[in-house]
Amino acid sequence: MTPVTVIGAGVAGLCVARTLLDRGAAVTLIDRHAAPGPHACSWWAGGMLAPYCEGESAEEPVIRLGAEAADWWQAQTGSVQQHGSLVVSPGRDKADLARFARLTTGHRSVTGPEIAALEPDLGTRFTRGLYFETEAHLAPRAALIRLHESLVADGATFRQDEADPDACAMHGLTIDCRGFAARDTLPDLRGVKGEMLILSCPDVTLSRPIRMLHPRVPIYIVPRGDGMFMLGATMVEGRAGRHVTARAMLELLSTAYALNPAFGEAEVVEIGVDNRPAFPDNLPRIRRDGNLIRANGLYRHGFLLAPALARMVTDLILYDKTPEVSDEIAA
Amino acid sequence: MRDFYGTPLANGFMLGTAQYPSPAILAEAFRRSGASVATVSLRRESGQDRAGQDFWNLIRELGVHILPNTAGCHSVKEAVTTAHMAREVFETPWIKLEVIGEEDTLQPDVFGLVEAARILTEDGFQVFPYTTEDLVVADRLLHVGCEVLMPWGSPIGSGLGLNNIFGLRALRAHFPNVPLVIDAGLGLPSQAAAAMELGYDAILLNTAVAKAGDPAAMAEAFALALKAGKLARSADPMEPRDMAAPSTPVIGKAFLE
Repeated sequence: MTPVTVIGAGVAGLCVARTLLDRGAAVTLIDRHAAPGPHACSWWAGGMLAPYCEGESAEEPVIRLGAEAADWWQAQTGSVQQHGSLVVSPGRDKADLARFARLTTGHRSVTGPEIAALEPDLGTRFTRGLYFETEAHLAPRAALIRLHESLVADGATFRQDEADPDACAMHGLTIDCRGFAARDTLPDLRGVKGEMLILSCPDVTLSRPIRMLHPRVPIYIVPRGDGMFMLGATMVEGRAGRHVTARAMLELLSTAYALNPAFGEAEVVEIGVDNRPAFPDNLPRIRRDGNLIRANGLYRHGFLLAPALARMVTDLILYDKTPEVSDEIAA
Repeated sequence: MRDFYGTPLANGFMLGTAQYPSPAILAEAFRRSGASVATVSLRRESGQDRAGQDFWNLIRELGVHILPNTAGCHSVKEAVTTAHMAREVFETPWIKLEVIGEEDTLQPDVFGLVEAARILTEDGFQVFPYTTEDLVVADRLLHVGCEVLMPWGSPIGSGLGLNNIFGLRALRAHFPNVPLVIDAGLGLPSQAAAAMELGYDAILLNTAVAKAGDPAAMAEAFALALKAGKLARSADPMEPRDMAAPSTPVIGKAFLE
């Protein structure tokens, strides 16, 4: 068995560790924290497995590689909800809906009554939308915890520690999956700030993620079950700040209110802010430097692309197969 | 071409840096556009933390003049604070001054604009004011020290093109020596060509390129249109007329052969 050390137990590290373990490697997973939690960017993810919707702004590999995500998560965690996703826009922004339709595939146009049939709680507020029937979503926190527990149960070693990837690589094959924390060793990695809210609103029931288009602030809402909703997410370039801005709160909440005024009575249970790790083309990278492999840059596609990233890292290790998202293979 | 506060530009293409699918596509759009100026939106929370500098570094690496803006500011105070922050981050006295007065149209608050322009000019800034085509406002802006005017074509991000050709032509005629930039509202290259044909010195746009299906190709299309419009202006276009004027004389031509 090939011994491999994976550093970082966010969505990337967990998926890489799981895939390596499934292919027979002896995996040691190291993280600063004992279990998945708010220190990880993926803790704040939407959990949408929506490769076609992402095609609106993402490049082709995201759509193709993202297509394998739903099956992988279902097999590993059994938590995938396969109800598609719905894209709507307020009447005055219907040009944005036309643009979204033009830039994506895998959808069909739906009328007001069809929207009301899919999501009775949206009623007849929207007269036109796009339905991406094959897309899915999951509850990201439960999925991370499940993955973490099953890894340990199936024989992976977990160590809570502060690990230096270069030092680890001197003792054996090491995968650095630290996300934005690896910024010091990846000069072209940047952080794209995201702000999100968790709402409790038992008055509203939704079955699938809804994306509300708007020329300035496109926002989505993902049902988490039991009256809980994730509302996200802003995309802020070049800005620091560890806290949510008042503007982001206003924009997020007014979008929820526009979807259904019952959200006005929702309780704001959590406010999340983090930096998504991203390379200039917003695509992930796998970089090998001898015994050290860096897998990073999942951007806003953590749950969508981590299974493919893990597969490619594993193929590189076991079969020396060059990953399509590698741009720098050092001997 | 007229100078912008003493700085000559290679061409009149000013391109925004927001809303692109990725920084890599942004860089490609700039490369194909040949744009000489990049506008950058800066809000107040930036600059507090070095981690926030990554995106600004990508913009600096474009190698073009940087025109920071006060996009999204709704008051004089907010705009002035943002301008100071921008000067610190980008080390330039240039500032595109936006004071928004109405949320649905993002129409400039021209009263706040004149006031903010006065404060910033006195403080050594070189102000590029985002204004309407109103002649009186333009005159006030020049009076408080602006040496460039940036009237809108139509509301920001609307893609409606030049909404008031008459007003824009009047502005050009009234201020023959002031560099004029069409800022906002352009959706198609033909509209950019029309702006240059009117004798404007430059165009500034963002959404039309960033939100196109192929931003880099659209950036190049705008560059070509800009060149065509500028060349047409310098070629002294014919005057339109009400009646047909045949290009081939008909008198004396045999009608039965």
